[in-house]
Amino acid sequence: MGGKPSMLLPLIEKIMLTVKSIHTYYGNIHALKGVSLHVRRGEIVTLVGANGAGKSTLVNTICGMEKPARGQIEFNGEPIEGLMPENIVGKGIALVPEGRQIFSAMTVEANLLMGGFVHRNNREQVRADMDRFFGRFPILKDRRHQLAGTLSGGEQQMLAISRALMSRPQLLVLDEPSMGLAPLMVKLILSIIRELKDEGRTILLIEQNARAALKIADRGYVLETGKVVLQGEGQELLEHREVKRAYLGKGAKQIWEA
Amino acid sequence: MGRRNWAIMLGAAAFIGAFPWLVMPFKAVSHYVDVMVFAGIFSLVCIGLSLLMGYAGQISLAQAAFFGIGAYTSGILTSKLGVNPWIAMCAGTAVCAAVAWLVGVPALRLKGHYLAMATLGFGVIVNIIFAEEVNWTGGPSGMADIPYLRFFGRKITSELAWYYLVWGIVFLVLIFCFHVIHSRVGRALRAIHEDERAAESVGVPTASFKVKVFMLSAVLASIAGSLYTHYVTCLNPSSFNLMWSIRFMLMVMVGGMQSLWGALVGTVLMTFVGNEWLQVFAELEILAYGAILLVVALFLPGGIVSLGSLRRKKHASALEGAGT
Repeated sequence: MGGKPSMLLPLIEKIMLTVKSIHTYYGNIHALKGVSLHVRRGEIVTLVGANGAGKSTLVNTICGMEKPARGQIEFNGEPIEGLMPENIVGKGIALVPEGRQIFSAMTVEANLLMGGFVHRNNREQVRADMDRFFGRFPILKDRRHQLAGTLSGGEQQMLAISRALMSRPQLLVLDEPSMGLAPLMVKLILSIIRELKDEGRTILLIEQNARAALKIADRGYVLETGKVVLQGEGQELLEHREVKRAYLGKGAKQIWEA
Repeated sequence: MGRRNWAIMLGAAAFIGAFPWLVMPFKAVSHYVDVMVFAGIFSLVCIGLSLLMGYAGQISLAQAAFFGIGAYTSGILTSKLGVNPWIAMCAGTAVCAAVAWLVGVPALRLKGHYLAMATLGFGVIVNIIFAEEVNWTGGPSGMADIPYLRFFGRKITSELAWYYLVWGIVFLVLIFCFHVIHSRVGRALRAIHEDERAAESVGVPTASFKVKVFMLSAVLASIAGSLYTHYVTCLNPSSFNLMWSIRFMLMVMVGGMQSLWGALVGTVLMTFVGNEWLQVFAELEILAYGAILLVVALFLPGGIVSLGSLRRKKHASALEGAGT
């Protein structure tokens, strides 16, 4: 940093989220050991890694559900690492939680209204947004008065994504959106994410399905046991031999040869 | 608050309004008016508990303590310091709100059994204070000669006047609580009940909402306590012990936790069961309570009010089976 601020400034301005050497503990477990990453405006950044690598811990730390022991998180240049989850939503970060976590005993409509919770004084906007999502996902409109728990897995994921977007976030964080879905539904959800990207939204996508995630991402980070071990452009990572070996189940031979 | 609820409200109000005139002519049941006054007082506690337990999903075994704090605040202020009963009632609610805040902020971080244990412990402590602070509360023998409530200078002494006063307050509180439930706040409470993390992720300040609904339930219990004090005009710590907290919970569960009507139905029914119909069991009363709780938990988890909507439920569960 420093040196030539005039040249760095445009770059910094585009950066929306910066995570600087974050350490988070789950009880005694040192789950994140100095993770750093950044997300630029309009970018789709993915975070891949195996089970237990710390992906969800990182998401929870960014969204304020876990407090980091050390390190900084900046959103639009403002430190947010000590804030409560509700304040972080207010700042413009929305989370689609792992396993969808829709409110299953509430109606589809009530779920969406909950998504607009932070816009307490703007009922018209919330209603209009809801109608927009009903237009986009007609299946949700058909089932608006049905309990959300009666939807299929893919529909629940659509609902969870719509619910998160109801808060009009600047940054959308998706935690394992393809988890537990049928292959066809995974495709559908990924195409929705691609559409969101085309709309110019900024997305942080956490996935175990590394191939699919890296394909649609601009950039990616590979997380392993609480550390970022690799980073780069999506395509580049997809072709990286370590990634192929560890996450895509390919190229084991090359390792033997080496 | 919905057309259906208004319709039920009108029906319930008509029944409550007519009830004394239906039972008073008959000697054998004319004291039911008195029982209904108690039922109305307990309803206030149970409506608050229903908001806390059924809607926000937080267990409290401290409701009898808040009921007692309201009662003793009213009792002490009016009989020892000569304060106007209505002002004493307000003072009671303020004390309860403050205590609920103090207890709630740390306790509501706990979940499930731990929250139940914490509130239970608090309830026991409060009861010990009632029994030990002899100078103020009269200790185990309690206090007597608490003045009656006055309404525009007139003492409220007749059962009938009490009946309409108490049930009038119950209906006002019900209307208020239905508005809370059907608002954005009510939706948020249900969201907390369903999934606290998901509620956080959409920006619900879960901690502060839980404390607020706990405070509201404490305030309602306190109002009930003040009314109770002035109705029976004597106090005794045993009316506010753990057994009563469990009874309040039982009332809510029997009626149906997920509905304010359930709280009302359960309270009225269980008050009659407790004051009238279970007297034959004498000491075995507690066993009868246990049996009722068991039957409700096993066969009617949605409480009595769920009987009415059983058909709709079946429909919904059929849909659930068809989904995924």
